[in-house]
Amino acid sequence: MAKIHFTSNLRRLVDCPTLDVEGQTVREILNEAFMSNPRLETYVLDDQRVVRKHMRILVDGLAIKDLEKQSDAVKPASEVWVMQALSGG
Amino acid sequence: MARKLIVSTRKGLFEVGKSRGSWKITDAHFLGDNVSLAMHDPRDGTDYATINHGHFGVKLHRRNKGAKKWDEVTTPKYPEKPEGLVDLDGWGKDVKWTTQMIWAMEPGGPKEKGVIWCGTRPGGLFRSRDRGDSWELMESLWRHPDRNKWLGGGADIPGIHSICVDPRDSNTIRLAVSCGGVWRTEDGGKTWAQSAHGMSFDQGPKEEAGNPDTQDPHMMVQCAGDPSKFWVQHHCGIWKSVNDGVTWTEVKAKPSSFGFGVVVHPKDPNTAWFVPGIKDEKRIPVDGALVVTRTRDGGKTFKVLKKGLPQKHAYDVVFRHGLALDDTGECLAMGSSTGNLWVSENSGDDWVQVSSTLPHVYAVRWA
Repeated sequence: MAKIHFTSNLRRLVDCPTLDVEGQTVREILNEAFMSNPRLETYVLDDQRVVRKHMRILVDGLAIKDLEKQSDAVKPASEVWVMQALSGG
Repeated sequence: MARKLIVSTRKGLFEVGKSRGSWKITDAHFLGDNVSLAMHDPRDGTDYATINHGHFGVKLHRRNKGAKKWDEVTTPKYPEKPEGLVDLDGWGKDVKWTTQMIWAMEPGGPKEKGVIWCGTRPGGLFRSRDRGDSWELMESLWRHPDRNKWLGGGADIPGIHSICVDPRDSNTIRLAVSCGGVWRTEDGGKTWAQSAHGMSFDQGPKEEAGNPDTQDPHMMVQCAGDPSKFWVQHHCGIWKSVNDGVTWTEVKAKPSSFGFGVVVHPKDPNTAWFVPGIKDEKRIPVDGALVVTRTRDGGKTFKVLKKGLPQKHAYDVVFRHGLALDDTGECLAMGSSTGNLWVSENSGDDWVQVSSTLPHVYAVRWA
C-alpha cells in the first residue's frame, strides 16, 4: 500500500491524516483518500478536478507531471505528498 | 436600529458593536485567513462568510443564529467543462470553470426561505435553496452567448459583484458584472437580458464606448422603498436609473466621480453616498483627503462630507463592498484598504474611527 501525507497547513483546515491507500495512479490514490473525507477533495483539486494552481503533489520525491488528470504512476511502496507550492514571499 | 457590523478583511472576520457610547471590535473569527465577503441574513439571523484560501481554494462557512461555531458548507461549484469546448472571455482568454472568488452574496426574497444567491468570478451566478448546503449554477446565464463578451477589469477575469433581488418580485433579479454590464431576469433566472444601456466608457474606440456588454459597473444598488430606482458607481463615473434599469443617465460629482462603493437610502431614492478617488490608474483620494460624497437630490448636487475623516496623507481606498448603510438610512460604515474603519450615525455628516489597525478591509455589512 502507498502512503499519502498532507501538508500540515491543510490539516489546520480539514481532517486529513496520513493514510495507507491502494492505487496505481495518483488519481486512484487521491480518490481513495477523498472517500474518507469528501470535503478534502475541494482543498486539493479545483471544480474540474485539476490540481489547484498553488498545490503540488510529489511521488517519492518527484513532482507529478499530469496536474489535470493525475495519471502519474504510483508503486505499492510509494510515498505521496500533497504539498503547497511555495508561491509568493 | 443596527446592532453590529461584520467586517471582512484580508486576515479575518471582525464583529464590531457599540457599547458605552463607543464602537469597538467585539469578536474576531478566521484570524489569519482571507475573508473576502460575509453576509448577515436578516430573515433567519444566519451569518455566512467566504474565505479565499490562496492555496486551497474558496470556501463558504455558515453560523446559525445565536451560535458561536462556524461550520463549513458547500462552496458553489462549476459543472464539468465539456471536453473540447472553446470558452473564451472578451479578451480571448480561456475561461476556467472553477470558482475563483465569491464576489457577491445576497439573501433571496422575504418569502424564499433558505434561498441565497452568490455571484462569482469567473462570472457564474449560483442559487442555493437550502442555506448553502447545495448550489445550482444559473446555466441560462452561464451559457448565454453574450457571456463570452465579458472582460476582466481590475480583476483578471470577469465576475458578478452586485445582486439586487427586487423587493416587488423575487423572480426579478438584476446583476452587475465587471466587465459585463447589468443583467436582468424577470422569471427567476430562466432567461436573462442585458440592462446597461446608457452607460459608457470615456476611452477606447468610440463605436465600443457604449457597448453594454463590456460596461464596468463597480457596484450597483437598488432603493428598497422605491425599487424602480438604481445607482451605479461605474469605472467611468456615476450612473442612475429611474426606470428599473432600462436606461441609465450619467451624473457628475466633485471632487471625483470615480470610486467603487455606492449605497442608497432605503426609502429615499434621491439620497445616495459615494467614496470618490482619483481615476483610475491612481486610485487614491483626491489631494490625499478622504471624503464621502452625498446627494439628496438625485445627483443634481453633491455635498462633500469629511468631518472625522483624515484630510492629510490619506491613501485609503474603499472598495465596492467597503461602504455600507443600515436599514434606517442613518448609519453608515466604511472600511479601507489600509485597515481603517469608520462609522457615521448621522448620514455621513460626522464620522468616528473605530480602528486604524485592521487588515485590508474588503467588505462591511450591517447585521
